[in-house]
This record gives sequence, structure tokens and C-alpha cells, in this order.
Amino acid sequence: MKVPEELRYRETHEWVRVEDGEALVGITDYAQGELGDVVYVELPEVGRAVSAGEAVAVIESVKTASDIYAPVSGEVVAVNEALADHPEKVNEDPYGEGWLFKVRLADPAELEALLDAEAYKRLLEAEG
Amino acid sequence: MGFCWPDQVPLIFERSRKGRRGTLAPRREADPAALFGAENLRKTPPALPEVDELTVLRHYTNLSRRQVGVDTTFYPLGSCTMKYNPRVLEEAARLFVGLHPYQDEGTVQGALRLMFELGEYLKALTGMDAITLQPAAGAHGELTGILVIRAYHEDRGELKKRRVVLVPDSAHGSNPATSAMAGFEVREVPSDADGEVDLEALKRELGEHVAAIMLTNPNTLGLFERRILSLTEAAHAAGVQLYYDGANLNAIMGWARPGDMGFDVVHLNLHKTFATPHGGGGPGAGPVGVKAHLAPYLPVPLVEKTPAGYRLVTDRAKSIGRVRSFLGNFGVLVKAYAYIRLMGLAGLKRAAALSVLNARYLKELLKKRGYRVPYDGPTMHEFVAQPPEGLRALDVAKALLDEGFHPPTVYFPLIVKEALMIEPTETESRETLDAFAEAMGRIAERGLADPEWIKGAPYTTPVRRLDEVKANRRPRLRFGHRE
Amino acid sequence: MPYTPHTEEDIQAMLRALGLSRLEDLYAHLPQDLLNPPIALPEPMDEDALLRHLRDLAGENRAGKVFLGGGVRDHFIPAVVDTVASRGEFLTAYTPYQAEASQGVLQAIFEYQTMIAELTGLDVANASLYDGASALAEGVLLALRATRRMHVVVSQGVHPEYRAVLATYLNAVGATLDEVALDGDRTPAFPVAEDVGAVVVQSPNFLGRIETYGALAEAAHAAGALLVAVVDPLSLAVLRPPGELGADVAVGEGQPLGNPLGFGGPHFGFIAVREALLRQLPGRLVSMTEDAEGRRGFVLALSAREQHIRRAKAKSNITTNAQNAALRATVHLAALGPAGLRGVALGAAAAARRLYQLLLEAEGVAPLTTPPFFAEFALRLPKDPAEVRGLLAEAGFHGAYPIPEYGENAALFAASERMTEDDLLAFARAFFVAVGG
Repeated sequence: MKVPEELRYRETHEWVRVEDGEALVGITDYAQGELGDVVYVELPEVGRAVSAGEAVAVIESVKTASDIYAPVSGEVVAVNEALADHPEKVNEDPYGEGWLFKVRLADPAELEALLDAEAYKRLLEAEG
Repeated sequence: MGFCWPDQVPLIFERSRKGRRGTLAPRREADPAALFGAENLRKTPPALPEVDELTVLRHYTNLSRRQVGVDTTFYPLGSCTMKYNPRVLEEAARLFVGLHPYQDEGTVQGALRLMFELGEYLKALTGMDAITLQPAAGAHGELTGILVIRAYHEDRGELKKRRVVLVPDSAHGSNPATSAMAGFEVREVPSDADGEVDLEALKRELGEHVAAIMLTNPNTLGLFERRILSLTEAAHAAGVQLYYDGANLNAIMGWARPGDMGFDVVHLNLHKTFATPHGGGGPGAGPVGVKAHLAPYLPVPLVEKTPAGYRLVTDRAKSIGRVRSFLGNFGVLVKAYAYIRLMGLAGLKRAAALSVLNARYLKELLKKRGYRVPYDGPTMHEFVAQPPEGLRALDVAKALLDEGFHPPTVYFPLIVKEALMIEPTETESRETLDAFAEAMGRIAERGLADPEWIKGAPYTTPVRRLDEVKANRRPRLRFGHRE
Repeated sequence: MPYTPHTEEDIQAMLRALGLSRLEDLYAHLPQDLLNPPIALPEPMDEDALLRHLRDLAGENRAGKVFLGGGVRDHFIPAVVDTVASRGEFLTAYTPYQAEASQGVLQAIFEYQTMIAELTGLDVANASLYDGASALAEGVLLALRATRRMHVVVSQGVHPEYRAVLATYLNAVGATLDEVALDGDRTPAFPVAEDVGAVVVQSPNFLGRIETYGALAEAAHAAGALLVAVVDPLSLAVLRPPGELGADVAVGEGQPLGNPLGFGGPHFGFIAVREALLRQLPGRLVSMTEDAEGRRGFVLALSAREQHIRRAKAKSNITTNAQNAALRATVHLAALGPAGLRGVALGAAAAARRLYQLLLEAEGVAPLTTPPFFAEFALRLPKDPAEVRGLLAEAGFHGAYPIPEYGENAALFAASERMTEDDLLAFARAFFVAVGG
């Protein structure tokens, strides 16, 4: 199970990659494995202001639907439109082509509250 | 064993041939443009199939042969009460099909009398003071009942603070969904180690912010909530209304009543407890009974008995309004009425007791064959089992199809992993239960010995396991869709 | 004991296996205060006595030819519909959760979805809802979810009972509802405000009049709202479908397709939407797919929207719907085909037009509905319609439903392809007497 070192993580299994004041968000390898085959992703509207901890997207597999929470606050500046036709990318490449949405950071200090790779690995071990 | 299935059946649209005609229906010479105006006419006719009547009959008869029902096989689907419904009830319903809901009340006195009397019977059986027969199904009844509670709190000026509905973690999914549709926030209450509602945890949640508690009793583990009287008393002390989900009433009909337990509202699934076949997913009916303090809020119209006959009452100031057009699923009401007249109180009580006897007996048989029962209390009309360690509920279910049985409900309630929820009902014989248990035993034994075999089941059905990922990623919901 | 297979010997043996001696022991753990409450029910009857009793009850109703409407009418039903719908495999199955053993119901639903999509001219339909009224409520809730708005405008031309049910559902979620009064027998043009999520119009409307709502759909779309059309499924055999008129959601009462009057139920409701709204649909949906060996099969799809998975976040709480009534419609449509259905629709409309002309000959009767209308129309009577309805009933006819909301002495009538010229003349004669006396 991959947990890239350079990313930040939320306890609810979202990851964040920060570039130029923008946070790219997706779900972790562990999360996609737990969900099983992803069949549909409901993404937020571009331009929507989201706050950290808010449920902003939904990922559906055949038998379940999971809320995805915004790890940071800010405006949604892009969503991964390729997922509409290819939701399987979330399974195949969770840290790459399976990204979900991008948020312009309102408060970079919020990143400090997120887990680093080591802390997230410990969380996964604790969850068994 | 196993079923006898017909081969692949094409779609009715694939049997269509241009110019072929089916049933000869009445018609009248008419010029559509003169009747409707040319601008209102449809340019191309809807692409309905063009088939002869025998083709229609053969097509759907063969489709029916790719379908199992209670008429063809044991169907122990937990929480669904798949019992045999006496066939005379179908004949009973046909006696009333010619009536129109907008007829003069004087011309439908028999139908209104039937509705009134059925209401009286259901009130007596549930211990309630007033009833509406309008809701079209159990979940529809839930919505009606929760809206009645909402209107009650609103009327008392308490709705602004009472925003929460409590449901146990073992509840049917329709309970939280209903509460959300009525604008409430849902909070789950945990079950205790015995599988009953954790009374202390529930008491901690109670308060002025709570509008209602929704409970099923016996609950979805098949267990009667033994502390129900303390529970309802504590809730009432906090001004909270008690909602009884009647999905499991079959276990206790005639033996105990929700009204006596302290419930303020109850919905009944007439298509479960009171003998209407499920029809592959309805129609059903979900009457809602309430205690006197909630009666003013019931939906309209209600049937009233007056010295001059039966009439429909629509002018009730505090009513939540309508929840369905006309008078509800009247045909289902006829079947429920007829069933109660056929059985009488003694018959209903005996049916309930035999449903419990069958379930308890089957539970013991399955335990002897390696199945686990995590909440093994005095279960009633149903119980929740788990396959032997190493087997998955879904695989056991699929293997049962090759044995000629419909599987139990799987993966519900959510608080039991790999749940097999089994409700045999009172209309099944001891031989059937024995045979089912034998089949479950064979499946457990072979499944453990041969994991590949059980993962591949079923083998004898008209289709094998279907590609649900494909169906959900790129759903094709009609002929020609996405082609 | 009836309808249960247990012999005394079975019961004793099964009780013994549980270490119990009497059936009462199964309830011994219940609080004693609750047990065996006094319940007054009539004594049981045998089957024959039951049917005798029910025939007596039915005899307290008065039969007659039905010229009543409100979206539920006395249409022709092919005999084959009853034959198929009463097959035990269809009648006694549950919702088709176990797809491998439920291909019959699943394929029938798939065919039904196709037929409803064809009739409405929209992309996808669900497996059925309870009735026309709750279908409207679900259709509007869907539009509010899709637009994230909480305000609805509905035409007074929409069935009054549907509007009442809609009001109940909207009140529950805290959405607001405005009504636009009819101008004569039609919905007038009106501006659509920016906070409106759904505009609702019915065609043929409650007075029977065919509405052309293309311009209204454009106004709704310009304001970012969706247009929800309530339609009569039989009329769609000949009239322009909602999908072509700009509707985003079409809903309606399915009774005219193969379901008897039944005192108003059970029937079924239908809902169809544009592709973009597919994931907002409430209730069951069946998708075509393949099995492990590449054979075509059908399965419940998009269940993650539904209450048993999504719980408080489900699109609707609906579970049981109206499958057997929808199956009747499926067989009905297959048996009639496009030509047969068109014949029935035209026959009903022609009979209604003929009846309209006949009834207008009576003194003091004025039209509330003007052509074009489909199978129903409204008239202003010279006296209380409730009295006229009663007098007609005594003559063996059911007609003249009072609709006071639409004007003093307003009454609704309907006809169908089943009425012969003699039936229409006989009804007209009774009507002349009833309004004249």
C-alpha cells in the first residue's frame, strides 16, 4: 500500500499535494482499496467555497457511497472531469490521474493540522 | 435440486416486426389534427414493440420462469415477511375494482365501510386511537408518521428546538432516510451486547432537542426490546414521541401491541404482515395509527361513520395534508380486511406464534451446521446468522440458488458482519425448514473445502454472477441506451 | 389451522427441540403486562363465507358506467394483462435483490423503463413510484436537489390532489411553493424568478386542456430552473412528448395503462428525466449488463443512491414501489403496440369530444374547457354538481365530479374508447334530466 512521503493526509483518508498556493486533493491507496471498484464520483462545482472538514464530494462503489471531506478551506478552482467517464482512475492511480479536485488555499496554516506520511502510516496500522 | 429455467429470453423490442398487431382494442374513427391541432401532434410514434398477442403472452410467461417467488420456492428474506398469502384474497380484491374514487359517496358505501372497519381492526391490533389508510407503502407510512410528529411539535411551538430523530444502529435504512426527508437530523443509538437498544446510551441522548425515536420491535436482530416500557417512559418524560416501525409486527400480532408499549405512532406494512403478495416490489400499503393526541394531524381524507352512513372527511385544520392521491392503495386494504376476517384473533395469534416457532427451530438447526448467531437471545420471527468463519454471506447466498432456495437478506443489519438475516414465516413446513438447513450444511461444508467453487456460485441459474461494476459505471437503463 | 402447514405433532416436536412445551412459551420473555391484550375482532370465516360477506359489502356500492376522470379513467385492458400479472412468480416475488433468480422481474422492469422513456421522449425512467401525486413530489424534490434551490412554482392546472401532496412533501424539507392561477383553462405566461428550482405544469391539465409549455420551459431554463411536466401517459401515444417540449422531468399517473379503476389504487406513478439528471432519480433502476460468461443479464443499479445504503443521505426513502402495477402497464403496452395504443388514445379523445358536444346542448351548461382537450373536460353546470352527480348515479352513471376550486358549479367529466355512441347518448339523456330538474 502506497503512502507517498511528500503528501499530507486527513484522518478520513484524503491526501493533499500543495503547489503554488493550491491544494490538489484525492483519496489514498488504502481508501480506494477499502471502497472497491469505484463506479461514480460526484464532485463539487468549480467556484464553490469549501471549508476544511466539509463533505464536498461523494465516491460511489457498487455497494456503498462515501463522503469525501475537504482537507483545507478555500475556493474550488478545478475538478477532475475525466472521472465522469473513467471513475476507475481513482482505483488505478489514486495519487495521479485519480485526483478529485483542487482548492485555492484560504489559510495555509490549516496544512499544519494534517498528518504527514509517517503519522498517516501509524493511523493505518492502528486501524488494522 | 435446483430450478428449471428457460433459455435466454430476448427483449420484447427485439421480437418486434413492423406492421405486426397485438390485442384488438376498441377504437373510433377520428382525425387527430382536427381533435388536437396539428402543432400538438407527436411526429414519430413511441417505439413500442409491434408483436402479436401470443408472443406477448409467451414472452412474459417465459420471463416469469426466470423468476422465483413464494409460489415457487422457500423465500426466507429477513425483514420482508415472505409468507404465503391465501389466494382467496386476490379474488376478494377483484370484487371492488370497478369503483372510481370520485363517485358519489352514496354509491361507495360498501367500500367506505370496509375501510372504516379495517381501520378499527388495525387500531385494535396495534392499540392506537386513530388511523389513516392512505400511505402507499411502509416507507410512505414512515414519512406520514414522522410528519405527524413534526406537526405536533410545531403546534406546541417546540419544533425549532426538537431537530433530532434517534434511530438505533440496527434500524432499517428507511428510518434515517425518512427523518431526513422530514427535515430532521438523524443520530444513531448503539445496540448493547445483547443486541437490544443500549438504554443508558439512549437516555444520554434524550432531551429537548429530540423530536422522536424510531424503533422496530422486535428489532432487526429478531429480538424483542425487553426494556421497552422503561425506554418509552424515559422518552416521554423528555417530551419525545415514540415511532414504531411495523415491519416486524408479524412476530407479535395479537400477542402484544405497540400502543401498550408506549408508542405514539405505528405504521404497518400490510404487504408483509397482512397478506398482500409483494408483486416483485409492490404495490403495498402502509397505514399509520396514532394515539389520540396526534389524531388531529393525520392526513386527509379520513373515513368517518355517521348515522347517515360513511363519509370522507377533508376539513381538518391541523392535518399535515395529503400524502397520496385519492384514498390510498384500496385494493391492498381489501386484502388486509379479508385476511383479518379469514383468520380472526386466534388465527392471527397462532400465525404469529408459528412464525416465531419456525424461526427458532431453524436457528437451532443452522447452529448445528456451523452457522454462528452473534446475538443469540430469545429471537422471534427472524434471526441474524453468520456463515462459519472463512465463508462470506454473499457466497452462501449465491450457492443457495443452486440448491433451489431463495437466499436470506444479506449484509443487514449493518451491525453484524457477513449477516444472513433469516425469516422463514409461519407458512413454511417443518420439512421445508429441515431441507433448507440440510442445504445450508452442504454449502458450509463444501464452501470451506473448496473456496473456488463457492466463489463461482451460482452455476445453474439463467445467468451467473452479473457484472455490477459495469452496470454502475455505465448504466444502460433502456433498450438502445448508450449503444 | 388454516394456511399454516403445522400438525400438532410438528408443533410438539419443534417445541421439544427448543426445550419448550407450549406456543405461549415463545412469548414468555416479554413484559407480562403487555401480553395477551384484549382485542375485539370478528370470529374467523371460511373462504366461502368470506366471499359471500365481501359480495354483500360490494353490493352496498352502486355500479355504473364511469364518466369520471382526474387522471384515472375506465380504459380498455387486454385480458392478457391479468393473465401475466397474476403469474405467481411475478406476484409473489420480493424486490429483485438476488439478480440471478430474478431475471424475470428485472427484465420486465428494463422493458418498462424503455417504454416510459419512449412515451415521454426523455432519456431514462425509474422502475415506478406509488402514484402520480407522489411521483410529482419526487420529481420536484429531484429538481430542487439538482438546482440547489428551495422554491417551486406550480400551475393551478396541476391536479389539486397532486398539488396537495407536493405541498406536504415541500413543507417537510422547508421548501416554498407558489401557485400560478389558470387564465381560463390555460396556464398563462409568467416570469420565472432566479430563486426558482422547479416550474410545474400539467398537460393535459386538470381541466383536460392541452397546454403548450415550450415557452414556459425556455423561461424556466433561462432562470436556471427545471421544468417538471405532469403528463397523461395514454395521451403521449398521439401528443407531443414532454421531452420534445423542453421538460427536464416528466411524471404522471400510470393507471390508464392497464390498471383498473380500483377505487383509486393501487396504481403506479412514473418518472422520467434527461440523462444529466439520472443520478438524482429516486427509487429502483435496472441496468443491462453481462454475467461472468458474457451472457446478457439485468441487475439493480445505482443502489448507492438508495435508503438501504445511503440512509439519511438517500435521494428518497422509497423502497417498495408499485412493481406489479407497472408490470401491468408493460404487458398492456406490449399487447397494444404503437398502433393499438394510438387507436385507444384517439378513441378516448374522440369519445370525449363527442360527449362534450352532447352535454353542451343542455340548457345553462357552459364550457370551462375549450378544445383541444384529451379525454377529460370541465363544464359549468346550472346547479350544484354534487346534486347532478347524485342524480346521474341513480340513473346508473358516474360523472360530474365537483371541482369548486375552478369556479362555481364547475364539474369534471371524462370519456374513454370503451363508450359506444349509445353509451354517450344515454349518459347525455340522463345528464339533461339531472341538470334540468
